[in-house]
Amino acid sequence: MKKLLKVLLWVAIALAGAGALAAIAFERGEPLNATWFIVAAVCTYLVAYRFYSAFLAARILALDSSRATPAERLDDGRDFVPTNKWVVLGHHFAAIAGPGPLVGPTLAAQFGYLPGTLWIIVGAVLGGCVQDFVILFCSIRRDGRSLGQMARDEVSRRGGMIALLAVLAIMVILLASVGLVIVNALKASPWGTFTLAMTIPIALLMGFYMRYWRPGRVLEATAIGVALVLFAVVAGQWVNASPGWARVFTLSAPALALAIIVYGYAASALPVWLLLAPRDYLSAFIKVGAVWALAAGILLVRPTIQMPALTRFVDGTGPVFAGKIFPFCFIFIACGAVSGFHSLISSGTTPKMITREGHARLVGYGSMLMESFVAVMAVVAACALSPGVYFAINSPAAIVGQSAEAAAPTITSWGYPLQASTMHELARQVGEQTLLNRTGGAPSLAVGMAHIFSRTLGGDRLLGIWYHFAIMFEALFILTVLDAGTRVGRFMVQELLAHVWKPLGRTGWYPGILFNSAVIVAAWGYFLYQGVIDPLGGFNSLWPMFGIANQLLAAVALVVATTILLKMGRLRWLWVTLVPMVWLVTVTMTASFQKIFHPDPRIGFLAGARRLAAGLASGAIPAAKAAATHRLIFNQRLNAAVTAVLAGMVLVLVVEALYEWYRILSSRAAPVLHEAPYVVTRWAEGD
Amino acid sequence: MRALGTFFDRSIRAAWWALRQWSGDAAYENYLRSVARKAPAAGAPLLSQAEFYRQGLERKYSQVSRCC
Repeated sequence: MKKLLKVLLWVAIALAGAGALAAIAFERGEPLNATWFIVAAVCTYLVAYRFYSAFLAARILALDSSRATPAERLDDGRDFVPTNKWVVLGHHFAAIAGPGPLVGPTLAAQFGYLPGTLWIIVGAVLGGCVQDFVILFCSIRRDGRSLGQMARDEVSRRGGMIALLAVLAIMVILLASVGLVIVNALKASPWGTFTLAMTIPIALLMGFYMRYWRPGRVLEATAIGVALVLFAVVAGQWVNASPGWARVFTLSAPALALAIIVYGYAASALPVWLLLAPRDYLSAFIKVGAVWALAAGILLVRPTIQMPALTRFVDGTGPVFAGKIFPFCFIFIACGAVSGFHSLISSGTTPKMITREGHARLVGYGSMLMESFVAVMAVVAACALSPGVYFAINSPAAIVGQSAEAAAPTITSWGYPLQASTMHELARQVGEQTLLNRTGGAPSLAVGMAHIFSRTLGGDRLLGIWYHFAIMFEALFILTVLDAGTRVGRFMVQELLAHVWKPLGRTGWYPGILFNSAVIVAAWGYFLYQGVIDPLGGFNSLWPMFGIANQLLAAVALVVATTILLKMGRLRWLWVTLVPMVWLVTVTMTASFQKIFHPDPRIGFLAGARRLAAGLASGAIPAAKAAATHRLIFNQRLNAAVTAVLAGMVLVLVVEALYEWYRILSSRAAPVLHEAPYVVTRWAEGD
Repeated sequence: MRALGTFFDRSIRAAWWALRQWSGDAAYENYLRSVARKAPAAGAPLLSQAEFYRQGLERKYSQVSRCC
């Protein structure tokens, strides 16, 4: 009887999910409620978790809870710490979920709500979750080894080198892209700039508190920090209202970019306890809190989706970025569907905390489902805006102009009615001078979130505070990614440069620290600045490069996973990681090719450079702008070269892996696994 | 009524415990417990809370700890 009830329950969940997905996919004409998105996503996740992840755990990986994990065998109370599985889930989720699942889906909403939503749900269930889970498992079986080490051990030496270079490349482009999100959100916005600037002294205060006054008291310090940050959000409106102070905090885009570059350098070179760690605590709390609040807000308000299922921009002429759904939807939405970066966390701190192998399913597969849900919420928040407003916020000035009066007729002519007064009123309500040309996802998401929150609490009166709360929340954890990433990048540069000149590899040597920090900051700073001055809005070039780099890392992870499964004798089930890998390689290759060679100058870097050069030669570009144009041409060519290198690395890796698989399958090489030997657990069954 | 009270009491305790574990507030206590588990004569000197905190941060932020 109980079994029958269970079967009926799962049939009901599956039917509800399928029904909601069908409603999303086939509903035309009538406005759709956001509830359908939530039901479709949650039911799919439940079914996938209950059945697919159980299948992976039992049949493919054969998780063995009688086997002692590294956390048990190597327990040192510091890195290797056996931890409750729900706590590990929380840790892992806080580590993997950053700005990616919020930015990518918002940008890809220009195709309409459908492509992004389907890719986020399907990609996560069959791709992203599988990658995170399998890599976590592989790392647990190898004493918590990193992806690079596993690539070297299981695939080839070159595989390990490619993993290292891919990580460095992603780091540089990711940091530039997310830096650009902050610049576009905060340019000419005294309220937002003030709030974010205030988080620096607040973090310093928390740093001293946790280091000297009350060592290690994270919760006390964070409670103080969160209260101060919330006060800074409210206080921002007074700064905004005072002409003198507003002028101090009104920064242009290039000035903001420079400020971020200086900040990144300082945060990387200063001791971690002072700035980096306290900001990370602050952002982790606010991030998790805001995500829960957004979920609750969407469920309470149940907003209507205003964006159509598909827009006219599926033809590749989109204003936010140029290019067709295939491959660019799958490149722009990496985090939330499949993100290669996660494999670094799955083979980093997390495997050292897992108490039992069986927990890897909840932590690896489950937390990626949660991130996918965050991405679905981002789609909902962006698509709940009227399409006219969405395009006004996200289109660069070169396409729609700089004023609402110029933008409104253009956007209306695309078939998305917009009045200039709507944009003025919206900007006034949220306490900004303008919301136009703020590409990057943060402002449109913040407007969406502010509407959802203000309908739950406070009404229009609090719209400005909610908007700036949302901006602060995104900017805060973007800065965390920026400073943590710069520091890790610094260590990678140190490792690489040590081959060139030994002293640069010394850890505690201050001139070395300053120099290595400068190298990594200069690298991402250059791309950030290039994005800021790009007339097409930097996202058109930066975000696809980031997506390609990120999916390249996912391809590395899936190649490693497939090789290990092959060595484990799971030939019949190889498709589990092979299919997502083939898909990602196809997508990254197509996207790289188009970004380099496409004849449309907005898509192809080389065509873009050619058009600018032709403009100079024919005199269409005035001589006064010659120097700036030469720089733009150089940037386009540089981007083409970087993309080509990334694509080349994918190809080398795939060829290496194919050769290794051929040797194993034809018995030319013994399938040697580099697992730690089996040791039986000393702990009793159960948790 | 009393059952309900116990239920709330337990839930709040569990939530507080989980929060302290997740945030790292309880890390030092866990460390002390781990050291005690493995016989005190294990060699390395016991770290003070301040030193444990500082070293932990150094290691945490030397590898990829935050994602996109």
